Amino acid sequence: MSQRLMKDGRPVSPFSIVTMVLLSILWTIPTLGLLVTSFRTRDAAAASGWWRAFTEGGWTTANYSGAWNGSDLGTGFINSLVVAIPATIIPIMFAAFAAYAFTFMDFRFKELFFLLIIAVMVVPIQVAFQPMLDLFGPRGLGISGQYIATWILHTGFGMPLCIYTLRNYMSTLPRSIVESAKIDGCSHYQTFWRLVAPMSIPAMAAFATLQFLWVWNDLLVAKLFLKSENTTVIVKLQQLLGSQGQGAELLTAGAFISIIIPMLVFVLLQRFMIRGMTSGAVKG
Amino acid sequence: MSTSTAARPPQTTISDADPEAKLRANPVKILIGIVGMFLVLWGLGNLFLAFGYYPEKFGNKIIIGLLAIVGGVGGAYALFYFLNVFIEGLPARLAEGVIPYGFLLPGFLLVGLMLIYPTFQTINYSFANADSTAYVGLQNYRTIFSDGAFWTAIINNVLWLLIVPAVVVAFGVVVAVLSDKLSEFGERVAKSLIFMPMAISAVGAWAIWMLIYQYNTADKGAKDTGMLNAIWTTLGGEPQVWIQLQTGKFNSFLLMIVLIWLQAGFAMVLLSSAIKGVPDDTLEAARIDGATEFQIFWKVVIPQIWGTIITVFVTVFITVLKVFDIVYVATNGQYGTDVIANLFFNKLFAASEAGQATAIVVVLLIAITPLIVYQIRHFRAEENNR
Repeated sequence: MSQRLMKDGRPVSPFSIVTMVLLSILWTIPTLGLLVTSFRTRDAAAASGWWRAFTEGGWTTANYSGAWNGSDLGTGFINSLVVAIPATIIPIMFAAFAAYAFTFMDFRFKELFFLLIIAVMVVPIQVAFQPMLDLFGPRGLGISGQYIATWILHTGFGMPLCIYTLRNYMSTLPRSIVESAKIDGCSHYQTFWRLVAPMSIPAMAAFATLQFLWVWNDLLVAKLFLKSENTTVIVKLQQLLGSQGQGAELLTAGAFISIIIPMLVFVLLQRFMIRGMTSGAVKG
Repeated sequence: MSTSTAARPPQTTISDADPEAKLRANPVKILIGIVGMFLVLWGLGNLFLAFGYYPEKFGNKIIIGLLAIVGGVGGAYALFYFLNVFIEGLPARLAEGVIPYGFLLPGFLLVGLMLIYPTFQTINYSFANADSTAYVGLQNYRTIFSDGAFWTAIINNVLWLLIVPAVVVAFGVVVAVLSDKLSEFGERVAKSLIFMPMAISAVGAWAIWMLIYQYNTADKGAKDTGMLNAIWTTLGGEPQVWIQLQTGKFNSFLLMIVLIWLQAGFAMVLLSSAIKGVPDDTLEAARIDGATEFQIFWKVVIPQIWGTIITVFVTVFITVLKVFDIVYVATNGQYGTDVIANLFFNKLFAASEAGQATAIVVVLLIAITPLIVYQIRHFRAEENNR
């Protein structure tokens, strides 16, 4: 064979290499442009494209401090964490119990309940806004504007998918383990905590990664249900986008500030994310 | 219920020596369970209200956040604990039947409150006036159907649906196939780079793409700062305000590119794992029979990953049906780029037309119904294959 071989014996495919390098560059350039621009002064960014920055200069780090303090993205950043972490953990807890019931218990209307979960996975969350604004608003519970409103909403919206994912995973666990625990005198509650929950951690981590990204990146819920001092970095960034001209140089830095955490989650937890998606954790 | 326990005080703890005990109700456990659940909910409610109304007492937001995490997670744990105590207090036969519903209850309460009840309420509001105080029959539907803006949004949504899912799937298949032929390291790097936009919000994505599409309004002497205009002028064109360019819906296509850029990694990941699942011997057999790589791709690989292709297509389709953020931050529906979800948002909040807004959502719900049916069928088929 005249073809060159890779270490594992497969032939080298020049066409694949060239195409994939081109696509990778194409996919990365937009983000790279943002990164470079965020380190350029306002005048430099207005005078030439970011790809000229390497020859024309105009570098600064002031945009970041300006966006963090001046545009209040620092507060938004903290708010995002306060919103996203509980909104990631709480649904898993609720969903895990439901998934356990769907997997290891028999009861009436079980299939009907599960089909309901599948059906509501597709329902657009837009249906919830008017009724939930009424319920959480001053004429209802009076929690609109507070963090708890978003925790409840994200927990509710994430629930169907979380139940679905965890149930899919739990049904791959051997039933015999649960049955022998029952024979040993364990209640369902004990079986859940001692056996099923620890064994389901990979699936929980997978869902947690995806849910965290959704909540962090969410615009709608945060915009509608948080008052301005509690609002997230994404809403702050959207407000910056609306006020072009004035803070154009802060916008790029702000965008990068909003991307840092999801990017970190992405880099560190990518394999959980992939596992979550391939096991059906796809938000409708 | 056991009334025959009068001989012994109800406080007696159940011991293993009394095999009958589990069959009878244990009022103490029932009481502890109910009081416990009540206290947990009451305590959590007050804690969270305190966060809202007296945030200064907690110092700063980080402390509130930590307390919220501990309270929320601990509260959920305690809630299930007391629920379990309550159920264990019931007579054994009853408890056995109640446990599953107890486990489902908290999750389903939230789903019911956030998704099921609002769906019916939305349908209800769609027959009412702008502030949902009186019924107006089909008036809202007549209004939106005779509104040109509604049909523009529908046409745009249809365009998005025709283009984005197909392009995302096609791109995902190509990348998955080609990256499979790279070395292990090359594959990992290439896939990570293409996957990365998945972590970026639509708002962040628009901040990124705005730099590409922007039109330099500064003095004429300045060089183009938008990448698209820089390429365009190098090719000899005049700089354009791309995002306002409505000819042939060009600006809508520019917005679609942003969503394709965001979603491609998702399609790639799923399709890639499907392609890795294609058995090597089917490929070998085709090669021995003299099939070209191109034929192998179409006749052997594609049929075997067809199920995944459909799944990815449907998922992206649903995402596109509800597309909102990108259009909202980029144009807010101006320059002929409006879509259904954005129109809804503006009707509800900018125009305060709750009736028309909910009618628009009902249209969206009707569009989604066939997909619900599809999802249920798909699930049933998968269950039968287990």
